[in-house]
Order: sequence, then C-alpha cells, then structure tokens
Amino acid sequence: MRAALERRAAVKALLQDRRDLLVVCGLGSSSYDVFAAGDHAANFYLWGAMGGAAMIGLGLALAQPSRPVAVITGDGEQLMGLGSLATSAAKQPRNLSIVVLDNAHFGETGMQMSHSGLGARLELIATGAGFPSVSTIEDSAALDAFRPKLHDLSGPHFARVAISTDHVHRALPARDGVFLKNRFRDHLGFPIS
Amino acid sequence: MAASDTPIPSPDWPLAIYQALKAASVRQLCYVPDAGHSRLIRLAHDDPAIATTVLTTEEEGVALSAGAWLGGQRAVLLMQSSGVGNCVNMLSLLQSCRFPFLTFVTMRGEWAEFNPWQVPMGKATQAAFEIMGVTVFRLERPEDAGEMAAAAARLAYDSDQPIAVLISQRMIGAKKWTEGK
Repeated sequence: MRAALERRAAVKALLQDRRDLLVVCGLGSSSYDVFAAGDHAANFYLWGAMGGAAMIGLGLALAQPSRPVAVITGDGEQLMGLGSLATSAAKQPRNLSIVVLDNAHFGETGMQMSHSGLGARLELIATGAGFPSVSTIEDSAALDAFRPKLHDLSGPHFARVAISTDHVHRALPARDGVFLKNRFRDHLGFPIS
Repeated sequence: MAASDTPIPSPDWPLAIYQALKAASVRQLCYVPDAGHSRLIRLAHDDPAIATTVLTTEEEGVALSAGAWLGGQRAVLLMQSSGVGNCVNMLSLLQSCRFPFLTFVTMRGEWAEFNPWQVPMGKATQAAFEIMGVTVFRLERPEDAGEMAAAAARLAYDSDQPIAVLISQRMIGAKKWTEGK
C-alpha cells in the first residue's frame, strides 16, 4: 500500500508562509487545492492547457529569476507534458520547483488509473530528465523538510507528493483567464495594457 | 561584366528578423530547430540578453511564451510548419487569457517539396492557426522580413494578439536531397 497524504492539507502545508512565491497550478484538482489553501494574486490557475503548467512555470521563472516559482500540478497533467521536464532541466532555472501531486489516477474524469499507478515513476523520469534535486514526499515530515526548497533559489527542484484519492470538496477559483493574467501581472508591478 | 550580371546579394532576412525582435525588446526565444531557422537561432544564442530554450515539442513554446508574459517578458517561438498541428489545443491558452504570442514558422511541403510526408501539415498550417484564432502573415520576400517582423511584434505585444509569420519555402529554398558533396 502506498503511503499517501491528504491533498488539501499537503498543499496548504507547502504554501504556508509563502512570502514571494509565484505559483502556477495545473488544471483540475491541483488548482482547487491551491485556491483552497488561500487565494492570492500570485497564483495563476489553469483551467485548460493540459500538459503546459511546467512550461508556463519555466517561462515565468526565466523572466523573474529573483522570485521563486512553484508549479503545482497533478500526475495526469505532468504525464501529458513529460518532455517539458527535459526542457526545464536543460535550462537549470534555480528558482523553479515542480511539485507533482500524485494520486496515480485521473481524478477529474472518473478516477481511471494513470500511468503512475501503472508503474511509471515520475521521480525517476525527473532524475533522468536532468533535475539535480528530486524528492519523493510520502509523509508530513518529508513535506516539512521540502518546503524551504521552494524558496532557496538552488533548484531546479522536482518533488513527487504521494496523495490519497480521498474525495475533497470542490473549491473553485476564478475561471476568467484575462482576469487571472492581469491580476498576476499587476502583482508583479506591470501595467495593464 | 555588365552591371546586370552582378549577383544581387539576397537580403539577410534572419538578421532583419533578429533586429526587429531586439527593437521590440524580446527577451526569450524558444524553438524546435529547423534548418531554415538556424541562423536566427545562432544569433539568439550569441546574444546574452536573450534566453534561448530548446523545446521537445512545439506546444511547449506556446505555454512558455505565456509564462514569460506573466513574468513581464516578451517571448518568441520558432518552429517548422510540421509542428503547428502539435500546438492546436495549447493555443486555447492564448485565447482564454488574451496572451500576446509571436511565432515564426518555416514552411515545408508547399514549394518544390521532396518529402511527401511534409505536404499534409504544410497545406494545413495556415488553417490550423486560423481555426484557433491566430492571425497569419505570410513572408514571401526576404526584403520584407524586417518590416513584417516589426509589424507582427507590435500587433502581438501591444495589441495582445496571437500572430504567426509563415516564411515561405520558396524564399528559404527547398531542402536539397539529391545534391551533396
């Protein structure tokens, strides 16, 4: 039996004392988890663009090298963009962390088992892609030990967080992409065009 | 030798595009490589003010461009026409959030093409962009490259539009398969 954390508590713990962290979250439950942990102008919630979360995080990390950037996404979303792990690792952005909430299932679509439930090891794929820092997190002690890495600008970091498939209540962030974009850029001090 | 026999040097269109991107303050350039883009890719790599990112597949560049914009930087994506189909769903991101987007696409499968496998996507390239709301410019003459790149950049970054500049295969020169040293 896999060890597993409760997803809402895990994400809330990761984002505790978030300071200047910029967050991009993959569509579906990862976005709901980040929103449930506390809405913030520095959160960019995806409602689509499946497979693209890590690359949005990379573009942001390259543009804002002094700010820590965390991509928080699910196993299904990351599996759709496995190449983006190689692309991110090739740039070695020290301010980027990719955190995959892995419940080994496609939670939004009927709980079909995902590749990670069928044997794919995302942490090995990240290592193979060239991430110098790879963590597997299966309990709250490991989560607490990892949290400072989100801020240490010594990445890129990859973390696979084993979460349970237990049902959680929906917590839905704003869906208007233009609003989310403008709010995020305003947070960074860029004018609205 | 008569003046008319003097070969007219072809305008350095990759340099003209590079200069237009510099004038537009583009700071990130990502690409899936193509021979037609090799000079522009080299120019970007040689420029410490431009962060270059090599991609495993073209739709990564759509998402990367969006992330760059969130962080206050302008990005550009270079690819070949065969990669445009890969981008279709990711282009939703641009529409949903009204992100600026600028890509330069070297065309295959449209002019003196040797490889029939390039033809279907080459024929569908413009339509694939247009069904997703991307405005398409066609660059047919090297002397237009600088002006078109500047106009495309203005439209993309100042008017929050997704713009693709298709660079014609006739202008680049069809890939030679039968000649060689």
